[in-house]
Amino acid sequence: MSDALQNLSDALANAVESASAGIVRVDGRRRLPGTGIVWSSDGVIVTAHHIIERNENISIGLPGDVIAPAQLIGRDPNTDVAVLKVEADTTAPVWADGADGNELKVGHLVLALGRPGEQVQATLGVVSKLSDADERKRKRIHVEGHGRRGGRGRGGRHMWYAMEGEMFGNVGPIIQTDVVMYPGFSGGPLIDATGAIRGLNTSALSRGSSVTIPTTTIRSVVEALLSHGKVRRGYLGIGAQPVRLPTALAEELDQEIGLMIVSVESGSPAETSGLLLGDIVVGLDDDPVQTIDTLLMLLSTDRVGQEAAVHIIRGGQLIDVTVTIGERE
Amino acid sequence: MSAWIQQLNDDMADVAAHVRQGLVQITNGRGGAGAGTIWHSDGLILTNAHVIAGHSTVNVILQNGDMYPAQVLAQDPSLDLAALSINATDLPVIEPGDSQNIKAGQWVMALGHPFGVLNAATGGIVIAMGKRLGDIEFRNGVDWLAVNLRLRPGHSGGPLVDAQGKLIGVNTIMNGPEVGVAIPVHVVKAFLKEHLGTPQQQAV
Repeated sequence: MSDALQNLSDALANAVESASAGIVRVDGRRRLPGTGIVWSSDGVIVTAHHIIERNENISIGLPGDVIAPAQLIGRDPNTDVAVLKVEADTTAPVWADGADGNELKVGHLVLALGRPGEQVQATLGVVSKLSDADERKRKRIHVEGHGRRGGRGRGGRHMWYAMEGEMFGNVGPIIQTDVVMYPGFSGGPLIDATGAIRGLNTSALSRGSSVTIPTTTIRSVVEALLSHGKVRRGYLGIGAQPVRLPTALAEELDQEIGLMIVSVESGSPAETSGLLLGDIVVGLDDDPVQTIDTLLMLLSTDRVGQEAAVHIIRGGQLIDVTVTIGERE
Repeated sequence: MSAWIQQLNDDMADVAAHVRQGLVQITNGRGGAGAGTIWHSDGLILTNAHVIAGHSTVNVILQNGDMYPAQVLAQDPSLDLAALSINATDLPVIEPGDSQNIKAGQWVMALGHPFGVLNAATGGIVIAMGKRLGDIEFRNGVDWLAVNLRLRPGHSGGPLVDAQGKLIGVNTIMNGPEVGVAIPVHVVKAFLKEHLGTPQQQAV
C-alpha cells in the first residue's frame, strides 16, 4: 500500500485543525446553537441570519469553551448573513475568494465545519455546482415562513415578493455541494483542502443541495453591515409581473418577456419619474430585464441615488424613462 | 495527478480487501444478519448487543463460508457491545489502531452487510469524537465516534478502520441523528477488560 490514503487523511484532518481556531458556537435561538466564523481578530463574527432569532442576549462559544456575550451589528436576510461583535480576542482564519488563482472548481473536495457544541465537527463532500447570478434567478427558492404565501406559479409568487418589499432569491452567486449539513452547521464555513474558508453555509435558502454563500459576497455584505448596519438596496417602487411581448417587439428587442407594472407606490422613484400602470419594463441601462429577480439584482447597493434609464414599452412604443434609484427601507 | 488519485483508489481498495478478512456475518437463527469483527485469532468476535439480543441461537459465518455456533461471553446493551466466542483458531485479526487520538476530518472506512449486501465498504471522515455531539448526549459518559457515513442495520458490529486499515471502532446504529456512530476501540478494550479480564487471566 502506498501512503496516498494516509496523506489524504492527514491533509483533511490538518485542514480542519487549521481552520478550527476561527470557528465559534453561536447561541442566538431557542433550539440547537449554530456556528459562526471569525471575520477579524477584533471580535467580528459572521454567521447565518436565520439562526439569530433574537436581537439581544446572543452569546458566542469561543475555542476552549470560553463563552462571551455578543452584540448584533446587523443582518442581511437577503443573503442570510448576520454580523456580530464579541468583546474578546479572536483568531481569524484564512478567507479565500479564488482571486489568487486557486478558484474553487466543480469536483473539488471540500469540508463543512460546525461548532454546535464544544468541539469542531467536520463533514466532507465535493463541489457539485457553482452558480452565477444569471443561473440563480431560475432556481426555485424556499424560505421558511415566506415560501408558501402569495399566488400560485412564478408570476404571482414573484409579484408578492416585490410588492412586499422582500427580495429573497437575489443572493448572487452560490456554491452548491453534496456535503451533508448536520444540525448546528448553519453559519459555519465551507473550507477547501488547505483549510481556507471559501464561504458560509446556510440551510435556509435552498432545499435539496447544500448552499454556501461565497467569500466575495460575504465580504461585501460584512463591509456594508459594519459601515451602515444594513445592506443598502436600490428601490423603484413598483409591483410587476412577467408578460410575453408582442412578436414584433420581441424580435426587435431579441427578448420574449418583460415586466408589466401592476402597481406604483405613491411617492416612490417610479411615480416621481412618471412610470405608469401598464408600462412594460424591458431593460435597465445596458441590461435586459425579463424577471423580477434580474431587476432586483440590478438594483444593487451602488445604484442607490444614481440615475438609470428604464426601458419600457408604452402604447406599443419603446421609450426610456430616467429614474433616480431610491433606497429600500 | 492522475497517478496520485489512482494510487489513492488502490489504497482504498487495499484497505477494504485487507479489512474484509476480519469481517464476519452474525446470524441469529432466524435469518436476520448483522456484522461482526474478529478481535482475537482464537475465536473472539465483537458485535453489537442489539444484533444478538433475544436470540438463543447465534452463529458466526467467516469469509470462507464456514459457519460456527457462537457462545455469548459478555454483552452490554448500553454500550451496544457483545463479545462472542467461536471454536476456531488462526483467524485473521484486524489490528487495533489508536482511537484516543482521532481527529475530526480524518478518513475512515466502515465494512458490513447493509440490507444484506455482503462485505460492502463505505468511506468518509470523522465528524467528531466525544461524550456528546452538539445537543446529542451519548449514553454511559464514554466516548463515541461520529462519522459522516450512512450506517445501516447490516453494518452493526462491523469494523470501522482508519487509512492504514487499523481498527478504530465498531459500527453501531443510533436512533435519531443522521450520523454514523461507532464505539471507539479504547472503549471496546475497557469493555473487554471489565467483562473478560486481562489476557493472562483468560488463559488460566
